[in-house]
Amino acid sequence: MAIEVRNVSRRFGEFVALDDVCIRVNDGALTALLGPSGSGKSTLLRIIAGLETPDSGEVRIGERVVTDAPARTRDVGFVFQHYAPFKHMTVHDNVAFGLKVRRRPKTEIRARVHELLGLVRLEGLADRYPSQLSGGQLQRMALARALAVAPRVLLLDEPFGALDALVRAELREWLRRLHEEIHVTTIFVTHDQEEAMALAEQIVVMNRGRIEQAGTPRELYESPRNEFVMSFIGPVNRLGEASFLRPHDIQIMPYATGEGTEALIERVVHLGFEVRVELKLGDGRDVWAQVTRESAQELELHEGQILAVRLPEPRVFA
Amino acid sequence: MSFSKLGVRTLALGYLALLLAAPVAMIFYRTFEHGIAPVWDAVSAPNAVRAFWLSIEIVAIAVPLNTAFGVGVALLLERGSFRGKALLGMLVDLPFAISPVVVGLALVLVYGKTGWFGDWLIGHGIQVIFSVPGMVLATAVVSLPFVVRETAPVLRELSTDAEQAAATLGAGAWQTFRRITLPAIRWGVVYGVVLTTARALGEFGAVSVVSGRIEGQTQTLPLYVQGQFENFNITGAYASAVVLALLALATLVAMNLLTRRTRRREAI
Amino acid sequence: MSTPAAPAAAPARPTRLKIPAVLGRGRAAGTLGKGMIGVYLSVLVLLPVAALLAKAGSGGLDAFWREVTGPQAQAAIKLTLVMSAIVVVINAIFGTLIAWVLVRDEFPGKRTVNALIDLPFALPTIVAGVVLLALYGTNSPLGVNVAFTRTSIALALLFVTLPFVVRSVQPVLIEMDRSMEEAAASLGAGPVTVLRRIVLPTLTPAIVSGVALSFARAVGEFGSLVLITGNLPFKTEVGSVYVFGQIQNENLPAAAAVSVVLLGAALIVLGALTLVSRRRSRHVL
Repeated sequence: MAIEVRNVSRRFGEFVALDDVCIRVNDGALTALLGPSGSGKSTLLRIIAGLETPDSGEVRIGERVVTDAPARTRDVGFVFQHYAPFKHMTVHDNVAFGLKVRRRPKTEIRARVHELLGLVRLEGLADRYPSQLSGGQLQRMALARALAVAPRVLLLDEPFGALDALVRAELREWLRRLHEEIHVTTIFVTHDQEEAMALAEQIVVMNRGRIEQAGTPRELYESPRNEFVMSFIGPVNRLGEASFLRPHDIQIMPYATGEGTEALIERVVHLGFEVRVELKLGDGRDVWAQVTRESAQELELHEGQILAVRLPEPRVFA
Repeated sequence: MSFSKLGVRTLALGYLALLLAAPVAMIFYRTFEHGIAPVWDAVSAPNAVRAFWLSIEIVAIAVPLNTAFGVGVALLLERGSFRGKALLGMLVDLPFAISPVVVGLALVLVYGKTGWFGDWLIGHGIQVIFSVPGMVLATAVVSLPFVVRETAPVLRELSTDAEQAAATLGAGAWQTFRRITLPAIRWGVVYGVVLTTARALGEFGAVSVVSGRIEGQTQTLPLYVQGQFENFNITGAYASAVVLALLALATLVAMNLLTRRTRRREAI
Repeated sequence: MSTPAAPAAAPARPTRLKIPAVLGRGRAAGTLGKGMIGVYLSVLVLLPVAALLAKAGSGGLDAFWREVTGPQAQAAIKLTLVMSAIVVVINAIFGTLIAWVLVRDEFPGKRTVNALIDLPFALPTIVAGVVLLALYGTNSPLGVNVAFTRTSIALALLFVTLPFVVRSVQPVLIEMDRSMEEAAASLGAGPVTVLRRIVLPTLTPAIVSGVALSFARAVGEFGSLVLITGNLPFKTEVGSVYVFGQIQNENLPAAAAVSVVLLGAALIVLGALTLVSRRRSRHVL
């Protein structure tokens, strides 16, 4: 099911959450809504789900206009940031809920729940209660519950936000593989650009209720449309009013060669594979460059060293 | 959806209006129906005034006792270590389950003429039952749990870090309590005191049994209300009832203001 | 406290100071405090309850049974238990309803209404009786006269037990995670289903707890009943009034026996329902 949002606006009192937002998500795509807090991404997701209504604009799922339709008629699966488990029900009953509401026969429910628990690797925990599960397990249960009724669209609100780094990385991988298997149109909300870049086929970058740019991860990284997108999606150096440079585009060379501009190394930070080199240029400007461990070793980079750097053309936004 | 919302709201508010608001409004209306003068006369009748002050006197003794006890027990429960905490908690809560009349009876069985300590008390010239001490006892029993119940949770939530820091700096137990613990729990204590006072002022059943209801001597204001009613002095009864109702409303206001302070409100 | 010898050893860390309770610190002060509490508790609760039990059993089991099964006593006890049961059911329903409206609804004067819920707690019981009598008694302006009827018992009990369920349910409703209801809606549940399968089960422990407290209160209620019910034996005489009557007649063993039954009923229901409430909330909290 493709999703289309046309000119949607929403405010909460004085606060403008969404300002004339338009997006289009293709059928079967895995899309991220990326942005800082307050950017409106969660509000947009909830409007698509039917948990909020827009002040103006239109929402379509498939060919159907659903703007005013309540959540329960939209056939969307929603996974909440803190999983929203039904604490008084077992894992089995949680996952079965949507099916029970649709009055499916008991045998069908049992089979489907079994299938889903297998899919999310929670077999054997069917009789546990949410209070007995870990964060990662709760998240998988929430997913199984949402998928149980075979929704046309799957929406996830900061699904991995409350989990620790290792679990987050695992579940990310796992969600990607799940999507490849099931191919339901999926939209997830995140503030973590790395997560968005790793998972999504299409990213919609939002800021202060507006869409800054939408595109593939590569497009956003290599051709950012404005300062916000560039600095949100990857590391940047700011060279003045509207001039930006990617740290790894800065080339470091031994001084002797005579090319490039003179620069003084103020600090070298070793971050495992990558090394961050903080430089002071001849004209007084501060930049930092990103080099590999090998390069750092080859050039014997150290504090106080003077060498040459070649700066490519910076990106300038009007 | 909004139709049923309105319906639910009407049902709830209607219930409250019929059960709570209308009767209370009625009593104020009936009392002042014929003007303030008769009310004032009724309220300033000597026995009424005596009853009022007797109530105050009893409350002035029972409440501080229960407060000290309450804070002490709360400290024991939340900061002490000993076996039988659960039992202590249950004992303190017991007055909630006992009918006030039964409280009165039980006190008579211990401190009355034919009670366990009857002979000893008479021998020492102490009269408990049918006298003020007995009424203080009865009032204290029925209002026992409140300070504990309101202070203990506050203490529980309060981390012991500050108290431990004070100890490392050389503060003694009492100093730590007075300067560190007490200020932190004070609103819980105050709320408990308000509830205790309201309960003590309004106590009827236990005091009724224990006092002998001798007009002008062992009648508290609630007992006076009943007495007036039984003597068909409706104005007198209503007037005193209104005084008590006003005190109750003052209590409500105090409770409300304090609830905002203590931010958490648990069911009693 | 000595550190193992080492050339540049860090200073030894102080052992964790165990701070006993204010009352436990310093032998004398601690024991004195605990002692005073013990004495107070004994004078007020332990001794009286012990005396009550002793008196009730003073004539042996036969005498106890006789007192408790006498026709008037039986009638009073039955009336108390039945009316209390009816009242707590009504409270469970209306109390939850009122809590719902106070938490989820908005209307002018809500704060005042919320404060008024505690009125039965603050109002002396005798005044409660007077107040109900004024509106629903002999000179009722509404023409509704329930004085001297069993309905008046229910009315008075409903009044004094109003706050229990409301105040028990309110905090749970306030803390409740709305996303559970949203999740249910996104899975296709209509508002009634959400109420039935999500909200009410979550509220059940609190409702049960409120019901328990209501019942215990109702069984012992006295002050609000003396004026409006007329205390007619076999008709509108409740247990507590019967006990009072027996005390007046200086029939203390009878009074004690029935008292023990009333107390027992309150404690059993309190205990049982508290257990139920705890079990239900085991996984929900």
